[in-house]
Amino acid sequence: MEAEIIYITLAALFGIFMAWGIGANDVANAMATSVGSKALTIKQAILVAAVFEFLGAVLAGGAVTSTIRKGIVDADLLTGEPELLVYGMLASLLAAGSWLAIASRNGWPVSTTHSIVGAIVGFAAVGIGIDAVQWGQVGTIVMSWVISPLTAGFIAYLIYLSVQRLILRQDDPLAKAKRYVPVYIFFAAFTITLVTILKGLSHVGLDISLQDSYLLAVAIAVAIALFGAYAIRKIEPDKKAEKKQHFHTVERVFGVLMIVTACGMAFAHGSNDVANAIGPLAAVISVAQTGAVAAKSSLPAWVLVLGGGGIVIGLATYGRHVIATVGDKITQLTPSRGFAAELAAATTIVIASGTGIPISTTHTLVGAVLGVGLARGIDAIDLRVVGRIFVSWVVTIPAGAILAIIFFFIFKNILP
Amino acid sequence: MANMLANIFGASPVDPLEKHIGIAYNCAKQLHDFFDASMSGEWDKAAAVRAEIEKLEHAADDLKKEIRLHLPKSLFMPVPREDLLELLLVQDKIANRTKDVSGLVMGRKLQIPAQLAEQFLEFVDRNIDAAKQARKSVRELDELFTAGFRGAEVDLVAGMIEELDRIETDTDDKQAALRAALFEIEVSLNPIDAIFMYQVIELTGQIADMAERVGRRLELLLSH
Repeated sequence: MEAEIIYITLAALFGIFMAWGIGANDVANAMATSVGSKALTIKQAILVAAVFEFLGAVLAGGAVTSTIRKGIVDADLLTGEPELLVYGMLASLLAAGSWLAIASRNGWPVSTTHSIVGAIVGFAAVGIGIDAVQWGQVGTIVMSWVISPLTAGFIAYLIYLSVQRLILRQDDPLAKAKRYVPVYIFFAAFTITLVTILKGLSHVGLDISLQDSYLLAVAIAVAIALFGAYAIRKIEPDKKAEKKQHFHTVERVFGVLMIVTACGMAFAHGSNDVANAIGPLAAVISVAQTGAVAAKSSLPAWVLVLGGGGIVIGLATYGRHVIATVGDKITQLTPSRGFAAELAAATTIVIASGTGIPISTTHTLVGAVLGVGLARGIDAIDLRVVGRIFVSWVVTIPAGAILAIIFFFIFKNILP
Repeated sequence: MANMLANIFGASPVDPLEKHIGIAYNCAKQLHDFFDASMSGEWDKAAAVRAEIEKLEHAADDLKKEIRLHLPKSLFMPVPREDLLELLLVQDKIANRTKDVSGLVMGRKLQIPAQLAEQFLEFVDRNIDAAKQARKSVRELDELFTAGFRGAEVDLVAGMIEELDRIETDTDDKQAALRAALFEIEVSLNPIDAIFMYQVIELTGQIADMAERVGRRLELLLSH
């Protein structure tokens, strides 16, 4: 019994620390665009992020958590010695956390998801045996790391192209923006709500029929769009800041839309990234409580709440500074561009979350930004940095794996 | 780690380019006061304006180097990097020519013949107009980037460049008239001064030529 308490305490500590790190660093990528474009103040952004990260984690974070918990390691091989899974998951959390700390200090663009998945694969393959890894599932996950940025990029490209055609290239872009932006708001709210209802909510025990799901999504989206349309109608051109084409005011109209997509982005981020922190924790808990590797045991809801809470604390304590810093650097991502990137990324991520695939939210967002760039939306993109992201992508998996293997053997020798 | 998103953005060349043409125009604009002072023989005042011109030309030069430094080959932009660098180069030449003209006049304390004074000042002002119109056109760059170099904004800028061309043609006409007038009176002038007068007219006219080339470069961007 005592050993179990030690396991759970350690896993909870590591998990909360991981969640804190996600809140402190990664959330900034979701919210900084809105702050940089002044669609939201820092305080508003923190509030939006806190609420929607938490909702995303709790309402739609279950599927990815399951994958991290029991989709990568083949539990059947561990029936004799369940404590190996405990050591491994603890080692993975510690490995991913250390690797992220090392990477942050050196300024390497490293993904949390890649670190944790690499770590779990590493300890399972070396600590338990090559066959302990569900390679098919891992293959799917790794494929999705290529596909998700591409998908987000493609969607962002199409969205931004439509913005250019319908609004920015027209004679009176302001009038066109006021007409079309509520429609974009509807689609943004509809997509994210629908995917959440269809793919996510069943994990919290809510079962809604397909037809009702659509109706509910439409109702919510219409309500948000009407509210947005009301806010947009109140926007008047600011004569001083304005040139002939009214782009200044046009961007303020898109700012309203961006608040909606920022909520969606925070929700999507919470739904996918919470698993990185609490997936291993959930695995440790189920082993410790049942004394066996129970593949069927369900995920306790309080674990998701713990993860969501950790993210919010990270956001409140440290994340605000990161948001401000990043926001200052990405002013090129004006609301008309930023919303396209955020909507594309959020949609891609929420679909992945619903399917239970852990992807890098940041890479997905980077892919979306590149998509906007391909539609001639970004003044200047530094391709060197894009290359560096790719290199880090490749390096992170073995790095996380090697660290996890080291920690695994240390735990195996010192823990009861 | 969190900077992954921030770092994929290179430094945008748009604001610096708009700022640069602003300095170049400001520099060219000084020529009016400079010739005004020199024609009335107030060489102290002319020297002060000339110092201001040099200062602005330096500022434009520094900004030019700064912009080049932040436009590495690895940048992916909606328009070719080379075209933006060319635009920057001709913008900079507006300031360069201004400095050259003022230097030439100042160095020789060259007196513009009184009979030509009014006509010459008009010619200078028209060149300054060209630089101003170039500034107006380049200041649309941010809007062009927003619109992705398509649509209504492109037509707007194309219209501005047409106006720039009209001004430049006007300076050409004025230049021809000025040379003819100078030819009429050249025998009455110190021969060396006369030769340099032709050169001053030529160099001044190049300010509008450079402004027109700014328009040409901008036009190239529009066709992307």
